[in-house]
Amino acid sequence: MLNSKSAVSYASKKLLRLVILYLAVMILTFTLVQMSPIDPVTAYVGTSTKVGAEQRALIAEKWGLNEPPLTRFFSWFTNMIQGDWGESFIYRRPVMDVIGQKFGSSVALMVVAWFLSGIIGFALGILAGVKKGKLADKLITGYCHILISTPTFWLGILVIIVFCVNLGWFPVGLSVPIGTLASEVSIMDKISHMILPALTLSVVGIASICLHTREKTIEIMESDYVLFAHARGESNYSIIRKHLLRNVSLPAITVQFLSFSELFGGAVFVEQVFSYPGLGNAAVLAGLRGDMPLLMGITLISVLFVFVGNAIADILYFVIDPRIREGAHEK
Amino acid sequence: MSNSPIFRVEDFGVSFSQYKKGTERTELHVITNLDIELYSGKILAVVGSSGSGKSLLAHAIMGILPYNATVYGNMYYEGKLINKEDIIKLRGQTISLIPQSVNYLDPLLKVGKQVETSLRFSGKSKEEKKKLVIEVFEKYGLKPEVYDYYPHQLSGGMARRVLLSTATLANSKIIIADEPTPGLDEASLEEVLTDFRRITDEGAAVLMITHDINAAKKIADNIAIFYAGSTLEVAKIEEMSGDGSKLRHPYTKALLAAMPDNEFKPIPGVQPMPGDLRDGCLFYERCPICTDICKTDRPSLQTLREGKVRCHHAT
Repeated sequence: MLNSKSAVSYASKKLLRLVILYLAVMILTFTLVQMSPIDPVTAYVGTSTKVGAEQRALIAEKWGLNEPPLTRFFSWFTNMIQGDWGESFIYRRPVMDVIGQKFGSSVALMVVAWFLSGIIGFALGILAGVKKGKLADKLITGYCHILISTPTFWLGILVIIVFCVNLGWFPVGLSVPIGTLASEVSIMDKISHMILPALTLSVVGIASICLHTREKTIEIMESDYVLFAHARGESNYSIIRKHLLRNVSLPAITVQFLSFSELFGGAVFVEQVFSYPGLGNAAVLAGLRGDMPLLMGITLISVLFVFVGNAIADILYFVIDPRIREGAHEK
Repeated sequence: MSNSPIFRVEDFGVSFSQYKKGTERTELHVITNLDIELYSGKILAVVGSSGSGKSLLAHAIMGILPYNATVYGNMYYEGKLINKEDIIKLRGQTISLIPQSVNYLDPLLKVGKQVETSLRFSGKSKEEKKKLVIEVFEKYGLKPEVYDYYPHQLSGGMARRVLLSTATLANSKIIIADEPTPGLDEASLEEVLTDFRRITDEGAAVLMITHDINAAKKIADNIAIFYAGSTLEVAKIEEMSGDGSKLRHPYTKALLAAMPDNEFKPIPGVQPMPGDLRDGCLFYERCPICTDICKTDRPSLQTLREGKVRCHHAT
């Protein structure tokens, strides 16, 4: 049904939006950094007194810090779109390299957490919705409300106390064992370091997808078409399989992809608590130490990350729901 | 009405339990003393104003009322008393509901697939089922492509025919149609009514719930008048015309007189609300021939001139 012409126009619209979004975010980021009290030269050379005022002035001159803001914005902007994202003050390496490396370990964490929260939340939500008002429903919604009102970092600390300190099942932090050569780190080491942060990160997502799915399940189970299915003698099992799953997965998938922003936000906390060297951790570090190039780079990457999540949600809706497909057709 | 009815509902009632204040529960009686009989090859039109319990009757028969509803009374299928479990076995196959609108179809499933559910016990292969569905569609003037349509692509008339196909394919002996006519243009209305007449002539017993007396007059054999959740009169459709002198109940006569084609003259007052159903005749406040007994005793349904009437003074 999906013809190539409408797909092209859809993709180009999305792309245009991304460009506009990026422009806005870049202007905002630049303005905020300009207004911040961080002095880039001090952030670069550190607070040591070995570098004199004369040398500082020279650095500022070389970086063009004396130019008017608009000129600086445009030179930053052209560098950015040419792929030169500058060098991180903390890591002394190009921002792109740092982000690439940190993103890799964060992605593993986020993907695991995302699938866990999606599958567990969806299943619990359906169970609670079908058993509305029963004990199972009360337990599940109670659990969700507790989770949703629990700060991620606090939960992370609690998890560390119970599973790492008291029970000693998992290592306390980092992504690999301390004092081990990179070549000797096994895949099991990596997994055992990732389980707790991923679980903690997934917990917040579970509550939102579960409550949303429960709400939709109740709505569908009370809908006219489920009523008619009952009147036609369809069994509960057949109604859940044929009508409920399909109709409820649509909103659930959307919520799950829209949760990319919360996932990223949650990762910042979780990585911090578990000292997990991912992108979230790097973002906090960059902020605290005034590493402007890295901070701005991470901001722009996270924009792309969240945008992609939202775009996937849109496209999936388009693929699954015949009503939306039809609507796009008529336009 | 000589031969025996295939389906009979006797002294039927529906009530809902509600929370009044805090944990205090009350029973809200919505249908009381409702009686109908269905015969093979005949259409019984059930007419009544909004809130008279028409749609509830359909849902109560199919066993799809909400969990806080209680159903009283007896149902008989082919002369045998049946209970809730029997209904669960019969529904969808022997007894089919034709719901009001396209909202009763799953929006994400192809229409043909949904109609095919009626054939799930037939043991036929996928291809055979599809062929059968398309055959029935053609019988009702639907193109074979409709099989691949989604519900939102159907017009009002098409939706009615698709829903009717579910009953046809199940080979149902009893069909309960809940408001099959609203929202249709004149041409579609005629077609839908013709389709209903055809399925009846093929042997089904049809209960047509409607508030459109004119539509009922076009195809029905008998007409049952509902008022505040009970049957006041069952008459032959021919009696529902002219000056109404053959009718038995004062409400039916008033209803006929109130129609635009006749005197267009309404009677004062309103139908009692559910939860406000008194002991006496439900109609006494508005009745021109009411006497003291009507205020205290609920009349029972009695046979009169081959019809039925619930009135102390019926003549």
